[in-house]
Amino acid sequence: MAQKDTGMAAILKGNETAILREWVKQQMVHGGARGQGEAETETQSREFLNTFSSAVQHSYDEDLSGERWDDVRSTLGALSKERAISGSSPSQTATFVFSLKKPLFDALRRTYSDDARRLNEETWLASSVIDKLGLVTMEAYQKGREQVISRQQQELLDLSTPVIKLWDGIVAVPLIGTLDSERTQVVMESLLEAIVDNEATVAIIDITGVPTVDTLVAQHLLKAVAAARLMGADCIISGIRPQIAQTIVHLGVDLGDVITKATLADALRIALAKRELTVIAASRRAA
Amino acid sequence: MSRRASINELKSVVYPVRSAEQLSLARRAVLEWATRLEFSLVDRTKFVTAASELARNAWVHGKGGEMTMTQLERDGLTGLRLVFADHGPGIENIGLALTDGFSSAGSMGKGLGGAKRLVNEFDIRSEPGRGTNVTVIQWKRR
Amino acid sequence: MDQIPILKLGNVLLVTIQVELHDQLAMTLQDDLTHKLSKTQARGVLIDISALEIVDSFIGRSLAHIAGIARVMDATTVLVGMRPAVAITLVELGMSLTGIRTALNVEKGMQLLRESMDEQESFHQ
Repeated sequence: MAQKDTGMAAILKGNETAILREWVKQQMVHGGARGQGEAETETQSREFLNTFSSAVQHSYDEDLSGERWDDVRSTLGALSKERAISGSSPSQTATFVFSLKKPLFDALRRTYSDDARRLNEETWLASSVIDKLGLVTMEAYQKGREQVISRQQQELLDLSTPVIKLWDGIVAVPLIGTLDSERTQVVMESLLEAIVDNEATVAIIDITGVPTVDTLVAQHLLKAVAAARLMGADCIISGIRPQIAQTIVHLGVDLGDVITKATLADALRIALAKRELTVIAASRRAA
Repeated sequence: MSRRASINELKSVVYPVRSAEQLSLARRAVLEWATRLEFSLVDRTKFVTAASELARNAWVHGKGGEMTMTQLERDGLTGLRLVFADHGPGIENIGLALTDGFSSAGSMGKGLGGAKRLVNEFDIRSEPGRGTNVTVIQWKRR
Repeated sequence: MDQIPILKLGNVLLVTIQVELHDQLAMTLQDDLTHKLSKTQARGVLIDISALEIVDSFIGRSLAHIAGIARVMDATTVLVGMRPAVAITLVELGMSLTGIRTALNVEKGMQLLRESMDEQESFHQ
């Protein structure tokens, strides 16, 4: 029921400055965006109010359809997502659009002080519209949080697979945590890069920190071993705990001809032998 | 009403895959596009290798066909889609064809199943006697 | 038509693959290698694929064939220079080329060949 020269459209047209001022005041009182001052809040609010007003002038009903309302949604969405990424809380983000209710309701009350029925209709409509926009805010906020989480996951993944040079031509990867297919990709990339950088011919993969080894994990391990082999490096898997050994046999996992050792120390011994190196006690040299 | 992100199709080019030469050309084109769109090295290598497998399948088993390459965009993400279409004999048992080691003429062994593992999205339709359609999509990581 | 060069280095044949190994080229290479192995009595074959950005199952099979031919003709094959991205892709494809020995580069590959050929010498004696 849009009535262009009365109702919300007219109110916004005539009182935009006053509404903006009241709105910014409300936001500052109820906690604006994290790390954001009044000036910035005012700029964001003005931009949104312009877009909002323009949409209302065009069509004002509960559908919020049309290109102008799309603009309103996308402006709001971008703002909410940004707040999510910069660490604002959900409430702080939602306050932006919900605190617009008070100045709008106040303006409606002033305009329809004599017409209770009209006041009711307009207030209901304004409230529905703002509520709908509130939902847009929440969905965009959620997406923003998901983006933060996925970025953190990636960083965690990168940090948790360091490849260490143990000696000339010998590198080691201590795996910590579960080994899923995404993790395996990261491990393979790091391992192969390290093999190239160190001209390694032996790679030790230590699975002491891997809680369970089932057929899938074993497959992933074997993939890493196969990839290292293609680059000329033999792999030794170390850190096989007794329970793991039992599980492997029980499940019938075939590790092929991959050398497996209980400890990293044992694996290192084998690796040195492969490189035709021996460790001699220092005291012997004196003689 | 929530709006699901829709896929936008941008540039699209068709490459015939009816000879060894055309295979090379098609493969090179995929490599070029993937490089230009700045896919990661590993993602690009996997995708182009998958393209090579599927193009060869279309040529050798599908008696020649075509590859349509399309640049995609969805929710701010860039993607590359390849559709391999041939009018060859088709595949009787798709499920079987997707398992490794399956071999009808000795060389399809690793092709399909392997290609599927190399890409983000994989779809295959085939009707014996009518032909085969394979679609693969690789999305660029954020 | 281009051809893949095969160089003789001592009693090792060095094959450097720098272009796409399409069907015709792969067959020509196999023929070429067979002839040279017979003619030179070389005991080692070194295949350098460091220039290859893409190795699909066809090329993988061709490499396996070459190694097979060499083995039949009493020569050891070593594959060198595989790029990490290629290794990861081949493994995902399911091709681990287990029959072929590998090394990081030509230098290490030659070392490996020398060791394996020495072993064979002493065994024959």
